Amino acid sequence: MELSERETWTVIHGLVAGTLFLIAFAGGLAGLWSLRPGFLTPEAIKERMRRLYVGVWVMAGAAWITVISGTWIVYPWYRAALAGETYEGCGGLSLPDAAVCSPRDFLLSNVSGQTESWHTFGMEWKEHVAWMAPILATAVAFLVTYYGPRLIPRTKLRAVAIVMFVAAFGAAVVGGAFGAFINKVAPIV
Amino acid sequence: MSSENTMGSGTTERDYERAPEIAALNLEERPDGLGAAAMFAAAIGVFALGLLTILSEASASIHDWLEAWDFDQGVGPLAGKTTVAVIVWVASWIVLSLILRGKDVDLKKWIWASVVLGIIGVLGTFPPIFTAFAAE
Repeated sequence: MELSERETWTVIHGLVAGTLFLIAFAGGLAGLWSLRPGFLTPEAIKERMRRLYVGVWVMAGAAWITVISGTWIVYPWYRAALAGETYEGCGGLSLPDAAVCSPRDFLLSNVSGQTESWHTFGMEWKEHVAWMAPILATAVAFLVTYYGPRLIPRTKLRAVAIVMFVAAFGAAVVGGAFGAFINKVAPIV
Repeated sequence: MSSENTMGSGTTERDYERAPEIAALNLEERPDGLGAAAMFAAAIGVFALGLLTILSEASASIHDWLEAWDFDQGVGPLAGKTTVAVIVWVASWIVLSLILRGKDVDLKKWIWASVVLGIIGVLGTFPPIFTAFAAE
C-alpha cells in the first residue's frame, strides 16, 4: 500500500480534516441543541459546555485546515495548465496525467465523456463557497464561548447560532461532495 | 433593559426565570455588542468573498490583481479572493468589536443585516450568477 505525495495531501485535505469536521459538527450540533431551558442540571451544564467549547473550536480549526490545504496545496495541482489551449495533451487519456493533462484540463477537454461542467459548475462553486465554512464556524465558536450557558434561556439567539453552524456545515458539504465526485472523475495523480 | 426581549439585550432576570438552572452558575452579564460584531463581521466576510468573485469575472484588471496574491504558487485569482475576504472579515471583526464592546445593541437588527449580506455573498459565489458578470 502506497500513497504518492499528492494523494497523501488529498487524503489530508478531504478525508482527515473532513472527517474531523464532520465529527465535530455532529457533537457541536447535539451540544447546541441540548442547551434548552430545564433540560440540564447546573453540573451537567458545566460538563456539557466544556465539550461544546472543544467541539466548536475543533470544527472551526478543521475547516481552516481543509480550505487552506485545499486552496494552497491541492488546488494548484488540479488547475495547472499542462495540456495546451485545445487540451491536446489530454488526447486519448482515460485519466489525468501529472505531466501533460491536469484534472482541470482533463475535465474541460471532454475526452472522457461530458465532463466540462464538473469544472465550470462543480469546482467553480466548491472552491469559493467552501471558504464560508471556516468563517461561519469561527463566528459560532466565538458566540458559544462568549455567551456560554447564557444561550440556554436565549432560545432565538441559540437558534441563530445553530443556523450559522448548519450553514457552515452546508458550505462544507458542497465543497466536500463536489471534491469527492471530481476526484472520482478526474483524480489528482 | 427589556426583560421580555431575549434577542435585544444581554442576560436578564426573565432569562433566569426561564432557565433557573443557570442562576446557580453565578454568571455575570454579557452585553450583546460583541455577539453582534462576530455575526456581522462573518456576514461581511461572506459578502466580500461573493463580491470579489463577481468582480474577478467582471474586470480583467481586478482578476489580475487578485491573481497577484498567489505569489507564484499556481492558485490563481482564488488566492486573492479568499485572502482578501479573510482580511476584510478579520479587520471588520476587530473594528466592530472595538465599536460595540460593552454595549447592548438591538441584536435582531444586526442578525437581519447579517442574513441579507450573507445571502448576497453566497449568491455571488454561485457559478451561474458570477459568470453572468463575465467581461466580454
